[in-house]
Amino acid sequence: MLEPILEIAGLSKVYPGSLKALDDIDLTIRPGEIFALLGPNGAGKTTLIGAVCGLVRPSSGRISAFGYDLARDWRKARARIGLVPQELATDMFEPVERAVAHSRGLFGLAPDPARIEEILRSLSLWDKRGERIMALSGGMKRRVLIAKALAHEPDLLFLDEPTAGVDVELRKGMWAIIETMRARGVTIILTTHYIEEAEEMADRVGIIRKGKIIMVDDKDAMMARLGRTEAHITLAQPLTELPPALAAYPVELEAGGTSLCYRGGDGTGKGKGEVAAITKALIGAGIDYTGIDVRESSLEDIFVSLLGEDA
Amino acid sequence: MTGWRSTWSIYTRELMRFLRTAFQSVLAPVLTTALYFIVFGAAIGGRMPDLGGVEYGAFIIPGLLMLTLLGETTSNSSFGIYMPRFTGTIYELLSAPVGVAETLIGFVGAAMTKSLILAAIILLTARLFVDYSIAHPFLAVIYIMLVAAAFSLFGFILGIWADNFEKLGIIPMLFLTPLTFLGGTFYSIDMLPKPWDTIALFNPIVYLVSGLRWTFYGSSDVDIGISFGITLGFLALCVAVIAFIFKTGWRLRA
Repeated sequence: MLEPILEIAGLSKVYPGSLKALDDIDLTIRPGEIFALLGPNGAGKTTLIGAVCGLVRPSSGRISAFGYDLARDWRKARARIGLVPQELATDMFEPVERAVAHSRGLFGLAPDPARIEEILRSLSLWDKRGERIMALSGGMKRRVLIAKALAHEPDLLFLDEPTAGVDVELRKGMWAIIETMRARGVTIILTTHYIEEAEEMADRVGIIRKGKIIMVDDKDAMMARLGRTEAHITLAQPLTELPPALAAYPVELEAGGTSLCYRGGDGTGKGKGEVAAITKALIGAGIDYTGIDVRESSLEDIFVSLLGEDA
Repeated sequence: MTGWRSTWSIYTRELMRFLRTAFQSVLAPVLTTALYFIVFGAAIGGRMPDLGGVEYGAFIIPGLLMLTLLGETTSNSSFGIYMPRFTGTIYELLSAPVGVAETLIGFVGAAMTKSLILAAIILLTARLFVDYSIAHPFLAVIYIMLVAAAFSLFGFILGIWADNFEKLGIIPMLFLTPLTFLGGTFYSIDMLPKPWDTIALFNPIVYLVSGLRWTFYGSSDVDIGISFGITLGFLALCVAVIAFIFKTGWRLRA
């Protein structure tokens, strides 16, 4: 087991005159993983990132990154952390290349034009290197922010809503960029509103609500544990009772006996297998059907159901 | 120690910002200074007696220099830190491994450099209108640098304190400029009737103008030691306030 790259223990943040933005957060991030932090608006995602990156002063708790205590050895820790903020905050009058070079210098690294070129090329910004940032499209501006965050070659990168307001095509392009960064060994923590994004990329998922982490798990384990298969089999003739051959399955009759509903499985494909077995059992019992609708629950379903339970 | 690279990065970026508006930054003080010399130096100055053996046109040079220096230094520095706060780009500075000293040297150093460039431009412009010589050029440069440093720090505090553009402009406009005008820029304190000559001594700018005038002409309203002392005291006060701001994160970190 590798040493954690980031450890947060008992972290709380109380803003004057308001609720707790963070409430006794414990979180451990492993090196090389993509961790998705999910939560509704105002859940505390950005505050949590801010506390690690030095933008927010924690009220209590301890944060250590790369083994360094952030309260004491903040220079050593911050030198290896990158942040891409949610807002498109950058000097709009500055040319792209200079802005990225400035970020590298700000983090105390010697100028390295070859490295800056490599970063800009990897983000398809090289052709725009001499342009003022204000002249770029929204998607390109966001890529400039990523380039600035990568300029000091961080080992841990925070992406706060990296695809907010970005169209579907650019979003997929952004996912590819994030995958490339992971391939280089960068640990990535991202917050997102798009559950699909977490489902696509994350190794682990954390769900935060009202400043509390309510669940952290491997994405696949979470899907296996909380995922479900739902199938609706439309029958050719209505049934008054379930045939004995289906007694072993979690099925019930609906819509006046014209539809057989299955709710089961575990997100690993077990549900699909059981639905196939049910259809065979129906044929074996001489019961005809006219349609099958099978649906696997998504991370979004799990997310919504978890938030609902916790409400 | 990689801190100097961070400082250099902040410093050069701030100077770039200055260069982006170089035309306005240079032309405005040149024009203003020229107007002052035309009005006070040529039109009115010709009818004024020499003050302490110095021709009136030359007498007002240190005051005019101080007027521009205080205004430009304060506004350069306050904008330098306020704009990143306003646009949100301060996240980068706050998340970088950069301490108070590196940050201050970068921002304040850039503001001082801009001010020294402006001071040189103003002195060259003045040369077009008045013949003058500087009695203590080395001390003059030191004094200008001290004042520039103190008011860069003051501007930095202002830029952190202000939470809107109105507040950003209100201190230079309502306090700094009037106090400079009343601080002996265009006259000697001795010329004021009683009790205004005593009241004027409560204006801290009097000591700054007087100090700079001493480095130019070897005589002034106030002892040069007091002027240096007050400038250094103000500098120390600003450093203490900024140290407090960074320690507590006031208006910088949530």
